[in-house]
Amino acid sequence: MAKVQLKNLQKRFNDVKVLHGIDLDIQHGEFVVLVGESGCGKSTLLRLLAGLEEISDGELLIDDVVVNHQPPAKRGIAMVFQSYALYPHMSVFKNMAFGLKIAGASKADMQKKVEEAARKLKIDHLLHRLPRELSGGQRQRVAIGRAIVRDPKVFLFDEPLSNLDASLRVQTRVELGKLHQELGATIVYVTHDQVEAMTLGDKIVVMNGGRIEQCGAPLSLYHHPKTLFVAQFIGSPKMNVLAGQVQQASATGVSVMLECGVLAEVAVDGSQLQSGDPVSLGIRPEHLSLGTELPTCFAGEVTLTEELGEATYVYTSNGAGQDLVLKVDGHEEIAVHSQIRFGFKAGMAHLFDKDGMALPRLLKS
Amino acid sequence: MKALFFDRSQPATGGWQRGAQTGKALAVHAVLLTYTVIALFPILLVLINSLKSRKAIFRDPLGLPSLDTLNLGGFEQVLLRSDFGLYACNSLVVTILAVGLVLLLGAMAAWALTEYRFRGNLLLAFLFAMGIMIPIRLGTVSILNLMVQLHLVNTLTALVLVYIAQGLPLAVYILSEFIRTIPKELKEAARCDGISEYKIFFAVILPLLRPAMATVAVFTMIPIWNDLWFPLILAPGEESRTITLGVQQFVGQYVTDWNAVLSSLTLAIVPVLVLYLIFSRQLIRGLTAGAVK
Ligand SMILES: Nc1ncnc2c1ncn2[C@@H]1O[C@H](COP(=O)(O)OP(=O)(O)OP(=O)(O)O)[C@@H](O)[C@H]1O
Ligand SMILES: [Mg+2]
Repeated sequence: MAKVQLKNLQKRFNDVKVLHGIDLDIQHGEFVVLVGESGCGKSTLLRLLAGLEEISDGELLIDDVVVNHQPPAKRGIAMVFQSYALYPHMSVFKNMAFGLKIAGASKADMQKKVEEAARKLKIDHLLHRLPRELSGGQRQRVAIGRAIVRDPKVFLFDEPLSNLDASLRVQTRVELGKLHQELGATIVYVTHDQVEAMTLGDKIVVMNGGRIEQCGAPLSLYHHPKTLFVAQFIGSPKMNVLAGQVQQASATGVSVMLECGVLAEVAVDGSQLQSGDPVSLGIRPEHLSLGTELPTCFAGEVTLTEELGEATYVYTSNGAGQDLVLKVDGHEEIAVHSQIRFGFKAGMAHLFDKDGMALPRLLKS
Repeated sequence: MKALFFDRSQPATGGWQRGAQTGKALAVHAVLLTYTVIALFPILLVLINSLKSRKAIFRDPLGLPSLDTLNLGGFEQVLLRSDFGLYACNSLVVTILAVGLVLLLGAMAAWALTEYRFRGNLLLAFLFAMGIMIPIRLGTVSILNLMVQLHLVNTLTALVLVYIAQGLPLAVYILSEFIRTIPKELKEAARCDGISEYKIFFAVILPLLRPAMATVAVFTMIPIWNDLWFPLILAPGEESRTITLGVQQFVGQYVTDWNAVLSSLTLAIVPVLVLYLIFSRQLIRGLTAGAVK
């Protein structure tokens, strides 16, 4: 367990700036999930924390000690790589014990720690095998085990589950969650998977182009994204966005004339807005519902349906740039090419100004 | 052989396809067999003639030894009346030391050159590359001078040193290429585990280099074992002769004791064959399997 503080952390590769000043506080035992588009610098940030890359500027503190120039082992971190990176010529036991052995642990101590970790991860029957004799999921667990035995202050995970198949992924995800509770360790976790981010994280950090776009609890990011980028990034399928102009704005609501010709009512604080301002309206697929009685209503032709069983994603278009996805109950029968009408309640939508900044939502709660 | 052909053609279903496949397999085998025969023929010739009497060698060089032509006089001459044991020992010592040091130093240099960025890195790599292209024999005169000044003439040390210089460039080149294919996460995981750079090299990288090192060992070993040039120039003394040089004592200006020459050549094949077998066992592919997905 440890507290990690990042103060204006920067990274340049030669002249290319990859991280532009990251400020982040990670509490004792917190599970922080880093998300962001490919190439936005998540792995780089993790490698800075681990000490595998030199920090170009700024300060990194672990438990209030500046560790900028400490080698990885001194920082008390353990990293689990996407590719597992097990030592191929060593048995599972040796893989897990290697770090301990180098650190000068006694044989009995080593045995005890490795066996304990192996039991936790349910790989105790595999200890004598070589990595190449294991399945992907088992290798993954060995990699995690190798991190656990060293009893690090901070765990760093770089997309640890992305090589696993769907069911194993869910299983390992649940196990990771349990493990976090059991160990109470501080964890920084990179993922591309929405569900992993939402379920595992105490805090999600959304990165964009080497900067932190927003950071907060999963649900607060979902309900109150600060920017259009975050709004579109969190949630799957991603939020529908429609361009429009403010027609009437007040502190209790805004009416927006959308480019597709629909007048939309949005429950946000619009005291900053003038009528005529360009805005973007965001509405999540799960907040659009079928019907004609809603305050804001659309009509469109179904172009595609994705039936997942419990829910169906319906892709619609009105042929004039209004392409919307809605999530409906799996029992609804919707034919492709049929015309449907749907809409949303004023409280469900998000509104962003021309810079992509969200306007404060007026949720009833 | 038959089973091999059918194995190859199994996936094909159509009759003509099978025919084409078999034809291809036949052609490949024919080429390989021809090559094998050509390559092995001289060795076979040495072997059979070493067992024949001198007259039989000249009368019928290609004939197999028969009861009345069988003659082990050559072996007798070599084993009992010359210092063959000493020569073989010298050759073995020089080869093993040189190959061992080439492997160790080559792997270390390759690791340093690929893993660490330092001043002069590129220059060093370039110099090693030059070493591959320029034959070391061009520098024989200076090498001899150097050895004379170091008082190393007629010692095995001189040979070992020269062979290290001769083998190192290619070793560094091959091993660097191989080290580049080792996933960097492996080294990083080791660094996170708190393992020192030396330990990373010896405990993590070196075991993974085994197949490549075996290749390098074979490539390095054969020219050293077969070399006549440097033993002749640097270590012609009775005590420091290697096999190839030792054989020369049977080659006279007027008479050549062919039985002895062929017998000692036959015997000289054995140790190098054993070494080759040892190294080739290491040439197991897929050693990195399971490290990363
Ligand atoms: N060693 C390097 N030299 C130069 N540029 C680099 C280096 N490593 C990473 N970069 C650049 O830094 C940026 C961030 O890379 P990084 O690997 O952190 O992305 P990421 O967010 O982890 O992406 P992904 O989700 O695809 O893993 C990329 O644009 C990449 O090209
Ligand atoms: Mg990455």
